[in-house]
Amino acid sequence: MDDVLKFFIEYREAVFIIILSIFLGIEVISHVPSVLHTPLMSGANAIHGVVIIGAIIVMGHADNVLSMILGFIAVVLGTLNVVGGFVVTDRMLEMFKKKVNKK
Amino acid sequence: MDTIQNLLKEITYSPGISILEMSYLIASILFILGLKKLSHPDTARNGNLWAASGMTLAILFTILFHRTRTADGSYEGIHNIGWIIAALIIGSVIGWVAARKVKMTAMPQMVSLFNGMGGACAALISLMEFPGMQSRLAGMQATSMLNGEALAILLGLMIGGVSFAGSMIAFGKLDERIGDVKSPVLRYINLSFLFLLVAFVVFIMAARPVEGETWMIYTLAGLALIYGVTFVMPIGGADMPVVISLLNSFTGVAAAMGGFLYNNQAMLTGGILVGSSGTILTILMCKAMNRSLLNVIIGAFGGSTAGASQTGDKTVKEISLSDAAVLLNYSQKVLVVPGYGLAVAQAQHLCHELENLLGSRGVELKYGIHPVAGRMPGHMNVLLAEADVAYEKLQEMEDANNDIGTIDVVIVIGANDVVNPAAEKDPSSPIAGMPVIRVWEAKNTIVMKRSMAKGYAAIENNLFFMPKTRMLFGDAKQTLQKLIAEIKNL
Repeated sequence: MDDVLKFFIEYREAVFIIILSIFLGIEVISHVPSVLHTPLMSGANAIHGVVIIGAIIVMGHADNVLSMILGFIAVVLGTLNVVGGFVVTDRMLEMFKKKVNKK
Repeated sequence: MDTIQNLLKEITYSPGISILEMSYLIASILFILGLKKLSHPDTARNGNLWAASGMTLAILFTILFHRTRTADGSYEGIHNIGWIIAALIIGSVIGWVAARKVKMTAMPQMVSLFNGMGGACAALISLMEFPGMQSRLAGMQATSMLNGEALAILLGLMIGGVSFAGSMIAFGKLDERIGDVKSPVLRYINLSFLFLLVAFVVFIMAARPVEGETWMIYTLAGLALIYGVTFVMPIGGADMPVVISLLNSFTGVAAAMGGFLYNNQAMLTGGILVGSSGTILTILMCKAMNRSLLNVIIGAFGGSTAGASQTGDKTVKEISLSDAAVLLNYSQKVLVVPGYGLAVAQAQHLCHELENLLGSRGVELKYGIHPVAGRMPGHMNVLLAEADVAYEKLQEMEDANNDIGTIDVVIVIGANDVVNPAAEKDPSSPIAGMPVIRVWEAKNTIVMKRSMAKGYAAIENNLFFMPKTRMLFGDAKQTLQKLIAEIKNL
């Protein structure tokens, strides 16, 4: 029990951010029409590409060959997630745009 | 208390760090607003751009201003900038080209592939941070087993690994490279793997491996990858969008673990946001198919023999192209119910042509879109929008069902499960309870299909044997082309 209490006080800021973000995430997309499920999933997919920041940090203080190689791969994969995700989403939504203009 | 004081000491002011943290705040706001805008049709595209600019900001400022505290208490900037930029360029070029080149029909597997990349990235970060964590753990005097960093690293690896392996399998299945493996044994294997994974994380936390002992982390990575495969393997193809959405939220959580590890707010908010909204999205998708998440994961779909036994003596009635042309030409209201077959045949443009042709003859043609038509919710809307079909012509399932009695001819193009009467009439059917478009209530139904093959859920469709149904076999594109030519000749 003591462990849990210590853990909470030590990481309370992160815990607050996590809990509040969970509610925010639910609230933000709860009224999405089913038409937008696919683009929204794809957009969210691109946003979790934010993991690339971690890859950059790890690569930024890599000091041996193995971690350099792994870091390099991690940055490439993260970028793929970010760039590919946003571009695919944009392509899907481009088509919705046309419809909106016609309205 | 020591750790708390250490934590406070770590927050040292420098303009660079302050700017970096502010950029993360702005990035987080852009993510939230972007996601909000993404959930409304009018603002969706802008929302995507907002999120993308937040991401660019966060990446750029991390490279410029990030400082890591070294062992002696001084601060170090990002090294290897040349390599990082090279990796960013390689990833951007491949990602951009792949995203631009992919066909709209292959969109779902593309999303899955990109999702897997993110998961792999998160897992790699954990792999690389593990040795550092070991030395930190060794230096720490506290006896607390709940070390946040260690937990974040292990969970990041576990969730990222599962997400990566799972996404690759989902990609393979949607791309029809991998078939479904259905075996009740897999369910138990799955559960035991999940249990093993969690137990192993607890074990590593408790054992506090000393420096150099890296076998544990690689074993954990291996277990996570295997679980990812066995988790997705038995899930039926029709449920793949739900699984991708679920894995998507997994990757979000894995990214958030990275944020926890680096005390990085942009990663934390971005990751958790995706984690929670992804979970809600998954549940919404399940609702659209009237299935529970648990049901999807356990994989009850498909392979069932219900209904299949009673098909032997039934015959279908075909309709000739010219009859179909006449029927359509002299109708008042026509409803097209498109499915994945239409998308595969790339026939959406011909559909639009048919719509214009019939429109010029005074026939009203609309589209009835099932929420899960295609391979993903909303997939069909995207495909038809690509072919310039006007928004007002697209009817959602409820509206289509309300007017179905007034429709003279329904043309089902490459759809199967979404028009299967068994969903409403046969409680033993695996898709029982799934909302469907009740095309059998229309005056006539023409089903365009390549063959009598079963749909994605692999169950028999009684619609084809109903008295008002006529079949028009052939490739959707060629059939539509011929049909349009026939109508023009009338």
